Amino acid sequence: MGRKLDPAKEKRGPGRKARKQKGAETELARFLPAAGDESSKRLSSRARKRAAKRRLGSAEALEMPKFPGAKPFPGKLPKGASGGAVQTPGKKGAQSLLRASQGKKRPAPTHSSEEEEEEEEDDSEEDDVVNQGGLWDSEDSDADMIDDYGADSTSEDDDEGEELLPIERAARKQKAQEAVAGSQWSEEETEEEEEEEAEEESPESGPQKNDEADGGLQINVDEEEPFVLPSAGEMEQDAQAPDLQRIHKRIQDIVAVLRDFGTQREEGRSRSEYLHRLQKDLATYYSYGDFLLGKLMDLFPLSELVEFLEANEVPRPITLRTNTLKTRRRDLAQALINRGVNLDPLGKWSKTGLVVYDSSVPIGATPEYLAGHYMLQGASSMLPVMALAPQEHERILDMCCAPGGKTSYIAQLMKNTGVILANDANAERLKSVVGNLHRLGVTNTIISHYDGRQFPKVVGGFDRVLLDAPCSGTGVISKDPAVKTNKDEKDILRCAHLQKELLLSAIDSVNATSKTGGYLVYCTCSIMVEENEWVVDYALKKRNVRLVPTGLDFGQEGFTRFRERRFHPTLRSTRRFYPHTHNMDGFFIAKFKKFSNSIPQSQTGNSAASTPTNLDLPEVKDQMTPKPKGSSHPAKKARVAVKAKQQLQKRQHPKKASFQKQNGISKGTDSSSPTVSCDTKSQAASKLQDSSQPAQKAEVIRGPKVPRKLKQQSAMPQASKKVAFRKQNASRGTDTEVPVLSLSKTQATLKPEDCDQPLGNSKRAEKVKQQLPEQPFKKAAFRKQNGTPKGPETSTVSLLSSSRPPPAKRRKSQSRGSSHLSS
Amino acid sequence: MRPLTEEETRVMFEKIAKYIGENLQLLVDRPDGTYCFRLHNDRVYYVSEKILKLAANISGDKLVSLGTCFGKFTKTHKFRLHITALDYLAPYAKYKVWIKPGAEQSFLYGNHVLKSGLGRITENTCQYQGVVVYSMADVPLKPEESFSYEEKTNLASIPLTAYRSSSQTF
Repeated sequence: MGRKLDPAKEKRGPGRKARKQKGAETELARFLPAAGDESSKRLSSRARKRAAKRRLGSAEALEMPKFPGAKPFPGKLPKGASGGAVQTPGKKGAQSLLRASQGKKRPAPTHSSEEEEEEEEDDSEEDDVVNQGGLWDSEDSDADMIDDYGADSTSEDDDEGEELLPIERAARKQKAQEAVAGSQWSEEETEEEEEEEAEEESPESGPQKNDEADGGLQINVDEEEPFVLPSAGEMEQDAQAPDLQRIHKRIQDIVAVLRDFGTQREEGRSRSEYLHRLQKDLATYYSYGDFLLGKLMDLFPLSELVEFLEANEVPRPITLRTNTLKTRRRDLAQALINRGVNLDPLGKWSKTGLVVYDSSVPIGATPEYLAGHYMLQGASSMLPVMALAPQEHERILDMCCAPGGKTSYIAQLMKNTGVILANDANAERLKSVVGNLHRLGVTNTIISHYDGRQFPKVVGGFDRVLLDAPCSGTGVISKDPAVKTNKDEKDILRCAHLQKELLLSAIDSVNATSKTGGYLVYCTCSIMVEENEWVVDYALKKRNVRLVPTGLDFGQEGFTRFRERRFHPTLRSTRRFYPHTHNMDGFFIAKFKKFSNSIPQSQTGNSAASTPTNLDLPEVKDQMTPKPKGSSHPAKKARVAVKAKQQLQKRQHPKKASFQKQNGISKGTDSSSPTVSCDTKSQAASKLQDSSQPAQKAEVIRGPKVPRKLKQQSAMPQASKKVAFRKQNASRGTDTEVPVLSLSKTQATLKPEDCDQPLGNSKRAEKVKQQLPEQPFKKAAFRKQNGTPKGPETSTVSLLSSSRPPPAKRRKSQSRGSSHLSS
Repeated sequence: MRPLTEEETRVMFEKIAKYIGENLQLLVDRPDGTYCFRLHNDRVYYVSEKILKLAANISGDKLVSLGTCFGKFTKTHKFRLHITALDYLAPYAKYKVWIKPGAEQSFLYGNHVLKSGLGRITENTCQYQGVVVYSMADVPLKPEESFSYEEKTNLASIPLTAYRSSSQTF
């Protein structure tokens, strides 16, 4: 009840309070005229005197009640008397007389005392005129008591050309009075201030500060002494009894210093000391563990770091996703608004999202919720499914599906067609998946309870896979503040290890030759590079996948390098989301395309675990591990992958080793390199070919050649192939070779197993075909397809080489032709 | 996961027939493919054959759910229909009860429907007939056992209209 205090409201009116309660602006104004008006204008001597008098007068007026015995006072009395006398005729007249008297009197005061006195006197004279009546109850008091709003004292202002309302004049008068009082004080202090640079005392130097504030350009930081890092003693003290205010201020100071380190640093203190101090302070202020905060400091620049930490203190807005299987967003929004929920569409990027600002009913208990018309889901959780872009009648695997939000989104995008296999390793959370999927009316889903790493063994060959890997949860600190302290190095590495395993399993579960798919989306709700870019980079090295754009046009790009690590350049197509920039949970999304079903073996590895690339030729499949994925995709992808993997090839030493080896071996004798080269070759072949058939054909084609060359061992063909391949590669030093080379390289490193497999296939095919009198035919076809031989090799080599030079296109025709021929 | 035995099939169909009568065949032969019922851990799942093929690869102890759960068999081999079957029963329901908006909320949160909350009702609904309760917007709410019956005029004497069966939890 009662009058509300509104400090911004200007006090108007004739009353006392209007003049009294002026607050800050008075403080400022006191110095503004002092600093601004008078100093800004080049005042005439008269004006200066008048101004001085005004100031003095106000000071005197303040002083007079305080210090009746003050020095200026006696001096003023006679003036006052005269002033009083002068005043009678009229204000203006008084003013003029006052001025005159001031003028007369001026010399006296100047002689007598310092500037202050003079000012005071001048001011006080002026004020005397006005205040005297009030103070002295002279006959003129009534006249003076009549609030002239400082008309007397401000008549000079009028003379000076300012048109002020009476109230403004009164205000000025009062300000002048206060200014005088303050100026005395401030004058004394100013000198002190200037001498010492103790910024801690700046609060005390109120006028000083006001000047600074009014000056605008000057800021407190400049005025203050450069921020001093507290000594060790103080730090210990902080540890025991942290004063959050102080720490917060120190955080801001350090950030400001570090922003402009060259000029603001304290001598003798290194940057790392500041950073160390900042880390400790942030950890204390926001309650983080040291490890996590150190990681965050590596990740974000300082300005963003503070924003990020602040954003983690605040929960993200509640968002929900319309279930388009049952309703439309418009209808749902209408229904919810009728129930009393305040909501808005989520953004341009989502057609089904709604953000809830506030709600009078529990948003998770409305009849619409029970009827399955919507699902409460974080905005960032909608993104990976949008990136995955599932099509109708596809087979999709969701490896870590609980609580089922993403799975149901996939189902609604597929319109309940196709099949989704929703899997989770946690039985408790699976119950929520079951409940949610039934509630939302999803009918095309099978829910299973496997460890994700078992996946390709249980069932594979999916068109698309979504892997929302379990992570450290550093992106959702606002949901779970315990993450701030309970994560350390071991946890992150453990998570990363699990994620790598899961990702490899997921990749193996994708069918690269799927007509509409072959995609995998890997996402985490973490912002750590160890769990995101590192895992993705690992997968790129270990499997026949490449990164593709996610289709999300907003979000920050993933890192391609971070501290001492360097990642593949295509990692730029991954996306990172942060709570402080996008107002959604921290998230990382990467979309892979698998271009070959074969699994590259490590250099020393065997082909046991590798999967065959060729699946189009049933006759060669008998001995191959049954993964009927054609290399059609691989071929295409291979080509694309070539570019992507050019860098990878640099990392792939085995390839080079084998390359060299093979160069040395004309006919290929060692098996190790052959395997690699074979792999490369086969891979190159497969990569180059659009269809699985071509790849296989190439292998087949090579196959015949190999036995021709070396019929001793099974490895030999490979070796020979490799040799030939190598030679071809070696002979070619041209651009045409490069793709092949790169392919081979990449293939070599990436897919030694592939090599084995195709070789195996080719060998088998070859064996099969050797029985048929087709080899020469094939050879011829091969030769034809190969085009111009490049190297000075033997016939076989040249054949092989000739097969090499024509990348993709040739191969395609080749393979198709050869497949035709062979089949 | 296994197909239903004869006995189980009979029991289940009897229950379902209470709500949809002879329209049972429509459940099996749908335009978008053949659907079938499978039993897994005492629960009956209604799946299309395409899904069934993939689900066959999953070992029994790891399979949690497939397609839609229609209901479950109790320990004494009675069949209990679940709310999740509503989407399939509602289109073929023979007897329907519409309730007023005011009674809808109360019904949804567990209470019986009184006569005063009744909006419309299919004619010739016998007592203890299985009905599907709808809201006035034709949104199916729940299949229920009807306590009172038939002609509207006679309902005046019987206050309770639909007895809400105990909630089915999953």
